[in-house]
Parts: sequence; C-alpha cells; structure tokens
Amino acid sequence: MRMVQVGRWITAIALLLLVGVYLRALAYTPVEQSQGLAQKIFYLHVPAAIWAETAMILVGLSSAFYLFTKDPRLDRFAAASAEVGTIFCAIVLTTGPIWGKPIWGTWWTWDARLTFTLFLFLLYVGYLLLRSAVADPAMRARYAAVLGICAMCEVPFIHLSVYMFPTLHPMPIVLQPGRPKLPGSMLSTWLMSLGVFTLLYLGFMVQRYALSYLREELEAAGEVGHA
Amino acid sequence: MRSPNLLRHAWAVASKDLLVEFRSRTAILSVAVFVVLVLVVFNFGRDPTAVSNLDLAPSILWVTFTFAAILALNRAFQLELENHALEGLLLAPIDRSSIYLGKLIANLVFVATIELIGVPLLALFFNVLVLPYLAPLIAVIVLATVGFVAVGTLFSAMTVRTRFAELLLPVLLLPFMIPPLSWAVLATGRLLAGRPLSEIAGWLNMLAVYDIVFVTLAVMLFPATVNE
Repeated sequence: MRMVQVGRWITAIALLLLVGVYLRALAYTPVEQSQGLAQKIFYLHVPAAIWAETAMILVGLSSAFYLFTKDPRLDRFAAASAEVGTIFCAIVLTTGPIWGKPIWGTWWTWDARLTFTLFLFLLYVGYLLLRSAVADPAMRARYAAVLGICAMCEVPFIHLSVYMFPTLHPMPIVLQPGRPKLPGSMLSTWLMSLGVFTLLYLGFMVQRYALSYLREELEAAGEVGHA
Repeated sequence: MRSPNLLRHAWAVASKDLLVEFRSRTAILSVAVFVVLVLVVFNFGRDPTAVSNLDLAPSILWVTFTFAAILALNRAFQLELENHALEGLLLAPIDRSSIYLGKLIANLVFVATIELIGVPLLALFFNVLVLPYLAPLIAVIVLATVGFVAVGTLFSAMTVRTRFAELLLPVLLLPFMIPPLSWAVLATGRLLAGRPLSEIAGWLNMLAVYDIVFVTLAVMLFPATVNE
C-alpha cells in the first residue's frame, strides 16, 4: 500500500476513535462539579497541547540531526512535524477560548499558558513561512533546520518567562507529582484521548511525509514550482 | 582555527562593515531619523492625562529599539548581496564563525549607536529621569541587545536570500525577541521607578543566560546558513 494511503487510514481510524472517546466522555464520565459540561473539552485540549509542544521538540531534534547527516528524510520529518504541530496548536488555541468564555468570562487573557501557546503557534508559522520563501530545496532544508533548532531552544525560555507571571490556568492534574487528582473514569478517558491524539499525530505525519516526498519527486522532475 | 585568529578575523569583517557604513552614513542617518520619528509618533499615540510618562517610558524605549534594530539587521547581509560580495567573503581562508562574529559586532555597534541616540531623546521628549540609573540601565540595554541582535544576525543571513526578505525577518525574529524584550521592559520599568537594584537582578540573570545560549547557538549554526 502506498504511504499516503497508510496515513489516510491511520487518520481515519484515529478520527473514529476520537468520536468514541467523546461518546465515552459524554456518557460515562462524571460532570465536573464547578465547571460543568465545559470541562469535557479537557479531553481534546490537553492531549492536543501535549502533542503541539512535543512536535516542536521533534522538529528541533530532527533539524539538529539533519545538519549532521544531511539526510533528506529528517528534513521531511521536520517539515511534516511542524505542519502537524501547527494544526494541534490551532486546536489548543480554539478549544481554549471556548472553555475560557464560560469559565473565566473572557475569550482571551494574557495568561502564562495562553501566551506560551500563542508563541509556539507563531514559531510554527514562522518556520512554515521560511520554508515557503526559499526556492532551492537544499537551502530550504538547511535554513529550516537552523530555525527549527533555534525554535526548540527558545521553548524553555518562553516557559521560564511566562511562568514568572501569575496564572489563571488550571494547574496540571494528570502529570504532577503524586497520584493524578481526578476520578478513574476521567483519567482512563483522558488516557484514551492521549492515545488517540498520538495516533492522529502519526496519521497526519505519515500523510504529510509522503506528500513532501512526492512533491520533491515532482520538483526534481521540474513539474511544479515549490509551494 | 585558533581563537585569537577567530577574533582577529571577526574584527576584520566588522571593521570592513563599519568602514563602509562610516563612509556613506546613509543607513545610520536614516535609522536615527526613524528613531526620532517613532518617539514622536508615540507622543501622539497616547493620552498624557491618562497614562503617566514614567509608566509608558519603558515600553516606548523598547518598542522603538525593536523596530530600529530590525531595520538595522536587514542591512547587514543586504550589503553582501551586491556584486556577490558574500561569495568573496566565503572564499576568504577564515572560519565561517568569524564571519558571523564580525557581522554580530558590526550590528551591535550599529544598534548601540541607535540606542545612544534613543535614550537621551526619550529622557528629553518624555521628561524621564535617566541619569541616576544610567549604569544599571546600560547593563539592561547591553544584555538585551546582545541577545536579540545575535539571533537577528543569524536570521538575517538566511532571510536576505529569500523572497520578501524585509518582511520575513521581523516575522521570524519577533517571537525570539519578545522574551528578552519583556524582561528588559520589566527591568527598565523598575529602574526608572527608582526601585532597588536587587529587584532587577533576576531579569539581568535571565538576559545573560539568553545571551549565552543564543550567541553560542548562532556561532554554531551560522556555517549551515552559508554553506553552498
């Protein structure tokens, strides 16, 4: 089977499973006492946020290895991861305000985590813009790698700088010292959702990777201008 | 390449750039006028009865420096595009890192000149007391400037050879500028309000760490931006 098709299948399965996770979240998990139904967005928001940040770290790592090995597969991986990361970041930035309006009473606030996600999004967009602005494939790969490494190193600084400010955002309740502070059914639903998002990341990645491979083939044959 | 050579070569590159600039003086004059204009625009973009000068001064100072620095950074490698000067520079038997360091030094001198014009003008136009806090203010400005000029010099080496160079540099650079900028604004605000120095020590540390990380990173990554 061709790689694009494999990616499509994985994505389709992941999306179906996501529907399953939401059925479970709505039917079988308790309604949170203070937040009510708005809390259900947690199963979408947090896994997306985790993958949005992980994708950036993967962009940085593959960029660093690319500069050493010059293996085009690593460049394709970084490009794919950046695009998928952008989408996940967009998911976080849209689901956040939907939750924030009923709970905080405002769509947006310059809260630490919101600011951090916005930065991450801007870094991704800059990375994709740079890629689209360079015509020569070898140069594009090198430039993108340089920016990818810088972006990865920037992430801890944004973390540091935003966490110095007071925050309204709920504190981590799953990844924290000691036992997770939420009921078992919520935790299991959330873990399923995290698994589904991992699958979704994988599905998107395989598709994007295969597409950039095909695009490079076409570019090499002189069929298309670059995107 | 040994380090004394690295610095010597870097200085040679920097002095070449600065000499070119000194002979023509067009860029520095334009940026100086730009700084004056931004400060004037700020004066009209606020309500003096609503916000006191002292509260607004740190933001005005750093926003002005940000825009002026971006204009200045675009220039550094633009210079090398004419007559394929960059190829000549790359053919020179020197370490690529020393080319970066040279460009960094030249950019720092350039941006420092802008800041040298900007600070007294801020004091004059917005009636802010600067002299008593001059030494720590210079420390904040130096630490913040080194950080974002280091990243900016690296990025401008890349963006200059892309489409929309003038637009792409700020788009790439601003997310990297904002952390040092936000610390510098906070530190400047505390300084101008006459707070004790111990309150800004944390920000200064953060700026120093940022400088060390990004100067090192840029020196290491620069060769990848010019390898043909």
